[in-house]
Amino acid sequence: MPASQVRLENIGKRYGEIWAVRHVDLEIAKGEFYTLLGPSGCGKTTLLRAIAGFISPDEGTVFLDGQSVTHMPPWKRNLGMVFQNYALWPHMTVFDNVAFGLKERKVPRREVEPRVLAALAQVGLKGTEGRRPSQLSGGQQQRVALARTLVIQPRVLLLDEPLSNLDAKLRQEMRLELLKLQRDIGLTTIYVTHDQEEALTLSTRIAVMNLGKVIQEGKPREIYESPRDSFVAAFVGKSNFFSGTIIRSLDGFLEIKTAEGFQIKAAPPPGYQSPGDSRKILLYVRPEAIDVIESADEPPKVNRITGRVAASAYQGSLVEYEIESAGRIIRVNETNPKGKPLFQRGDEATVTFAADDVGIVSE
Amino acid sequence: MAKSEAAPVFALGIRLDWRQAGILLTLLGLLTFFILVPIARVLWVSLSNDEGSLTLVHFANFFLRPLFRESLWNSFVAGLLVVFFGSLIAVPLAYLSVRYDFKGKILVNTLATLPLVIPPFVGAVALQLILGRSGTVNLLLMRWFDMSIPFMEGLTGVVLVQTLHFFPFIMLNTAVSLSNIDPSLEEMAQNMGCHGLRLFRRVTLPLMLPGFIAGCLLTFIRAVDDLGTPLMLNYKNLLAPQAYLRITTIGIDDVDGYVICVILVGISLASLLVARKYLSLSEYATLHQGAAVARPVAGMKRLAILLFCGLVLTVSLLPHIGIVILSFAKVWSFSLLPTAYTLDNFTEIFFRAPHFVKNTLLYTVLAAGLDVFLGAIIAFLLIRSRVWGTNALDAVATLPIAIPGVVLAVGYLRVFHGWDFPGLGAPLTSTWIILVVAYTVRRLPYTVRACYAALQQVHISLEESAQNLGANRLHTFVKITLPLISGGLVAGGLIAFMTNCVELSSTIMLVPRIESGPISYGIYIYMQSPLGRAAGAALGVVAIVLVSLGTYLTYRIFGGRTGSAFRI
Repeated sequence: MPASQVRLENIGKRYGEIWAVRHVDLEIAKGEFYTLLGPSGCGKTTLLRAIAGFISPDEGTVFLDGQSVTHMPPWKRNLGMVFQNYALWPHMTVFDNVAFGLKERKVPRREVEPRVLAALAQVGLKGTEGRRPSQLSGGQQQRVALARTLVIQPRVLLLDEPLSNLDAKLRQEMRLELLKLQRDIGLTTIYVTHDQEEALTLSTRIAVMNLGKVIQEGKPREIYESPRDSFVAAFVGKSNFFSGTIIRSLDGFLEIKTAEGFQIKAAPPPGYQSPGDSRKILLYVRPEAIDVIESADEPPKVNRITGRVAASAYQGSLVEYEIESAGRIIRVNETNPKGKPLFQRGDEATVTFAADDVGIVSE
Repeated sequence: MAKSEAAPVFALGIRLDWRQAGILLTLLGLLTFFILVPIARVLWVSLSNDEGSLTLVHFANFFLRPLFRESLWNSFVAGLLVVFFGSLIAVPLAYLSVRYDFKGKILVNTLATLPLVIPPFVGAVALQLILGRSGTVNLLLMRWFDMSIPFMEGLTGVVLVQTLHFFPFIMLNTAVSLSNIDPSLEEMAQNMGCHGLRLFRRVTLPLMLPGFIAGCLLTFIRAVDDLGTPLMLNYKNLLAPQAYLRITTIGIDDVDGYVICVILVGISLASLLVARKYLSLSEYATLHQGAAVARPVAGMKRLAILLFCGLVLTVSLLPHIGIVILSFAKVWSFSLLPTAYTLDNFTEIFFRAPHFVKNTLLYTVLAAGLDVFLGAIIAFLLIRSRVWGTNALDAVATLPIAIPGVVLAVGYLRVFHGWDFPGLGAPLTSTWIILVVAYTVRRLPYTVRACYAALQQVHISLEESAQNLGANRLHTFVKITLPLISGGLVAGGLIAFMTNCVELSSTIMLVPRIESGPISYGIYIYMQSPLGRAAGAALGVVAIVLVSLGTYLTYRIFGGRTGSAFRI
């Protein structure tokens, strides 16, 4: 394995009596797109700022390319950061904004202009160099911020929720552009976001954080398909949770009775051993893993629960249902609804899902 | 290897914090020496007896003297009357300027600045020429109706002059509050069926009240502290002139003067605290963009509005007109207008006695520069540093707002008189430097405020992104922070400059000799003799021009938010 480019060792940062982050260890390899994902206040921005050098941790060490930089001031680290509000200097033109880092590095004057223009071209902003940031749209400002950072050829790119100030459509476009740009340049990138969809789309690896700790670290697919606990299962994607007890093990399935009285068959998790265990467990089923059928039809999958439609929202590419049964709401995303029956509020309906799609997590 | 890399940089981090702490301590020491110590000395003198133990006997004596009781009562009544009459003018004007749009609205906006550019004691002289016992109006009244109206006699004159000078403070503060009201708050009430007077009483009025009350309290403080107007009108039964007279005629050791000073500070502090409370309440209704749209008005309604504005404008303009005419007068005595005109007065102040104008420029520019310098550092420490003690710094730097000029001057005389200042070889109070010190201290709160507001607009990420791209702290400050707050710095400096141009209440006590006096002192000296009055008026015109220039430039920088510069 190649030496990690960014390494955090037992990082802890305290504000007063509260630890914003504590006991965090991370290793990020060259070229990775690494995302810190978590709700606000989970400590993800604190970690990013510790890497950038804006805060010095109370515990632990930050390594860049194998060298401790824990107390190195930000201006010596050669990291590029894009801020949530872009932080473009309003008293400078776009050109001067982008040229700033080069001038600080005493790059020869004749090199500055071509490099600035190339950086602007790279983000698709040719011809804007004479304008002020206030004359640009939000998306353009974002690109200037990116160009300003890329032009200094930083060791690592740090992105602090860079897409959160854009409207939904632009955000999706920028997401794909960012993805292509990063993969093209191969620049190690650390990305902070609370948006799980962004994290899944962009990242090579994700660290899900909560309450100042890294809960789970892994590739997007691992995080989504095998969440370690109920927090990850709830935060990354949506989930229907059921608490229940295992009744028995039969034909390779675990049979579980939930608190509401549903009988659910689940595939045993890897390493599962003690059949007949009656301890409490937590199940989750993703909404998109559930189908809705007429109650009279033969269910195609092993689990079925009959109920009544409490809400039905047709969205073109999918239909969102809320099915009520035994006082519980079960959320269903019926994808590609073309040709399937469309249920209305009050209709009787049955939900069905496979045993493989039932996850078991610790609480 | 990692360790050896970290060590020196770690030391740098520590050193930076020490540097900030060092600056903070230096500033605290400086401000303590020039603000807290003089005030504490005044307080101590008023509370101690000859043996040096605490006593309240001086305060008891104060209340036993009928003259002092009357002065206290008069100061209160005069302050309240100024607020009352000022509100009668200011509130309608504020409402008109914010809520209505009509041809000639420029009139209303002019009204807000006109009185501010003429110092009240200059206005007092001019008004006496026009409304005084033998002024133009009374001469006309005598000629036509054989009667006269004592506009300018005693307390009436003081209240009249101060009302005309101070009503813009109420107007500006009320207007800021009014224009900050989110239109949706009123629309919501209308949506629920509330309209007209009821809407005004139940929604608009409570929302604009904080600004109005803050303006009233500010006016009250200024009116009570005003020394120049009563001196010029020769009405002495008020607190500020009493304090001045005790110290200047009886002497620096007269305890009664100190007691009056303490009472003046007490009134100011109490009013200021109440004003602060109301202003903090006003925050809940503020909005930052998209102010309410002014309604267009035409026809009879517009005529009525213009008539009202025209009347107020005419009266407010009287002092300006009077002072300009007087400055060109050769003789103006017992006649409607001067009987002969001349340019001699301007020759006098520019060529024969040019030191007044020169001194003013020297002192005010120096003081404004110092204020901006200190204000920027203090604001930076308040917002960007995490050093202990910034709250104390804030409190001490803001305190001068509550200290009348007379009191500060008395404190300086008491502390520095007869004590050779190190490196100066003479007491501080025997050189003009003491005036620069007093000016700097008195206006420091304004520049701190202006710099603070400007720096608050600079999001910290603007500085962080510069550091991230390779700029160290100094480069970041010079290339990013400084250009971004320069507007606030200049505006703060201008406010310090123009208010100091017409400062009289501490000047009059601290000027060491006539040749060191600034314009305001010159006006006071000239006005003592009937022959010098016209030259004093010429100096007044210079003061008006200087202050107008400052106001104009402030408007250019602050735009429509100039009013906020005159808030507490």
